[in-house]
Amino acid sequence: MKVLLMGNPNVGKSVVFSRLTGVRVITSNYPGTTVNYTRGYMKIGGEQAEVIDVPGTYTLEPTCEAEEVALRMLESGDIVINVVNATNLERNLYLTLQLLERKLPVIVALNMWDDTKHLGISLDVEKLSALLGVPVVPTVATTGEGIKKLVEHLSNAASPGMATRSRNERWAAVGNIIDQVQRVSHRHHTWRERLADATVRPFSGGIIALAVLASSFIIVRFIAESLIGYVFNPLFDNLWMPVLTWLSDILGGGGFLHDILIGKLIDGNIDFVHSFGLLSSGLYVPLAMVLPYIISFYIILGLLEDTGYLPRLAVLMDTIMHRVGLHGYAIIPTLLGFGCNVPAVMSTRILESKRERFIAATLISIAIPCAALQAMIFGLVGERGWQYVAIVYGTLFAVWIILGLILRRLVKGFTPELLIEIPPYRLPPWRATLQKLWMRTYGFLKEAVPIILGAIVVINILYSLGVFEAIANFTAPVVTGIFGLPREAVTAIIIGFLRKDVALGMLAPLALSNGQLVVGSVVLAMFFPCIATFVILLKELGVVNMLKSAGIMVASALIVGGLLNLVL
Amino acid sequence: MTIKNLKDLRAGEIGKILQIDGGHGMVNRLAALDIRPGKKIKKINSSFMRGPVTIEVNRTHVAIGFGMANRILVEVEDKTP
Repeated sequence: MKVLLMGNPNVGKSVVFSRLTGVRVITSNYPGTTVNYTRGYMKIGGEQAEVIDVPGTYTLEPTCEAEEVALRMLESGDIVINVVNATNLERNLYLTLQLLERKLPVIVALNMWDDTKHLGISLDVEKLSALLGVPVVPTVATTGEGIKKLVEHLSNAASPGMATRSRNERWAAVGNIIDQVQRVSHRHHTWRERLADATVRPFSGGIIALAVLASSFIIVRFIAESLIGYVFNPLFDNLWMPVLTWLSDILGGGGFLHDILIGKLIDGNIDFVHSFGLLSSGLYVPLAMVLPYIISFYIILGLLEDTGYLPRLAVLMDTIMHRVGLHGYAIIPTLLGFGCNVPAVMSTRILESKRERFIAATLISIAIPCAALQAMIFGLVGERGWQYVAIVYGTLFAVWIILGLILRRLVKGFTPELLIEIPPYRLPPWRATLQKLWMRTYGFLKEAVPIILGAIVVINILYSLGVFEAIANFTAPVVTGIFGLPREAVTAIIIGFLRKDVALGMLAPLALSNGQLVVGSVVLAMFFPCIATFVILLKELGVVNMLKSAGIMVASALIVGGLLNLVL
Repeated sequence: MTIKNLKDLRAGEIGKILQIDGGHGMVNRLAALDIRPGKKIKKINSSFMRGPVTIEVNRTHVAIGFGMANRILVEVEDKTP
């Protein structure tokens, strides 16, 4: 049996899903968090049932890819749990009526029930249930209230077989139901609403946005550097170094196995960054350089997501985003990209047109460095002076704008206008926010660390076989001629296809000048997406558009890298 | 009664949507958010540099792109002096 969770965006379907199945999914306070479906299982009367968390949709006439996913899922379901926002019943019931016109048993979860009280809304649940002809259960998914009752009533889900209506008839029916079940009493504005108004007003909102983004950046760095300085570096220096030194002595300080496990000794000592062995850099780079930034970035992103600030940022950014052929909501995939480009490209599904998705995905994979790469930029380029870090970021930002201006003119189609629901501000539900942080951190450990370790083994084997030497000779004209980097830097560019953090780490032992390191960082960021992003681009854009996008990446990396080399 | 473009409403002004001059797609997208002729709305903020307009409909805030807001006609009740 297949149970579908359906409803408008941002009503809490994913939270209900987690409650029902115990499967953890990413939840946030903005419409469009879920762009793909997630499966889980629950027991209904001793029987195993499949539960599917479907992306939110306002209507069964889809307007974007995420909504199309929802419609396709509907074909395969046996029962629908229609999750409804109790504080905005009027709009939510439209989809409910559409669902009831299908021949599918439906049960309604009247979610965010707790909010109705302080908003002065009173609902007659029994009457609503009678009018719809299906069970209606008030729930508060974030606390779990009503979930048990929802499960008990699942078997009562009914299909009243409503006649198909036209749009206007449906809205009239909604109005009719609302008149009978809903009473709203007047009340005063709360401080959260006043704040809500201030953050979308162009002037005050703009200042608040700048303050939020600047302080986010500073806090991310502060948390990460504190973790590195007070936790990870002491652990590696005091506990791991003695083990490695002992192992290095046993292996005789050199040779094939030593090179793979420990790496090259730098002035007779192991160096966690430069040695490049499996147990030295292979562990230090992901755990002590990148992981702290992953943790701190996702703490801050989680807070921004869960408070409901992101849709406001989208409103403020709309004018600017239109200049690069997108609308304001594209800021959300872009911000996700600063963590990892993979979910960022996926989340471009919330954009309405193919053209926007192509532009957004291309700009993200070229000009938005992921947290892992940024951690290495802070670590390696930051060592040379913060002005160089500023040049790297400034260049990438300029590329984002200029390339956007060009793509807006070249890519055919139009940019739909921004049209989004702005959710009320909420205090982050701490458990869910922390759980999300853990899921994302664990995702990094599980998916990135094995690739990093594998990459380091491959690099060392290819080095000892002399493969890189041959490639370096072949590509010298581009690497040396255009980018002004030493021939060996090509190995980093190739490894950049596997992991960009490892690739930037490979530039460390090359004794680059400050300018060369800046060129290297920018080229690595732009040149080609890492393999994980490549796969997701292929899936989301299709072969032809993926090739176009990749062509743009290579061309712009060559141009920008060449120009930087001339300037620096 | 005064008829105005949604973009020309002042922040805080309340009105009733009279007409939406747009194609099928635009009317559909707006209708999905319950923004359709006959609905009572309140303008929350005015737009700046052709930025979006935020309105309140059914106690929910919705941001509408400038071009769309320009094609929504609203009937505003005149305040008695």
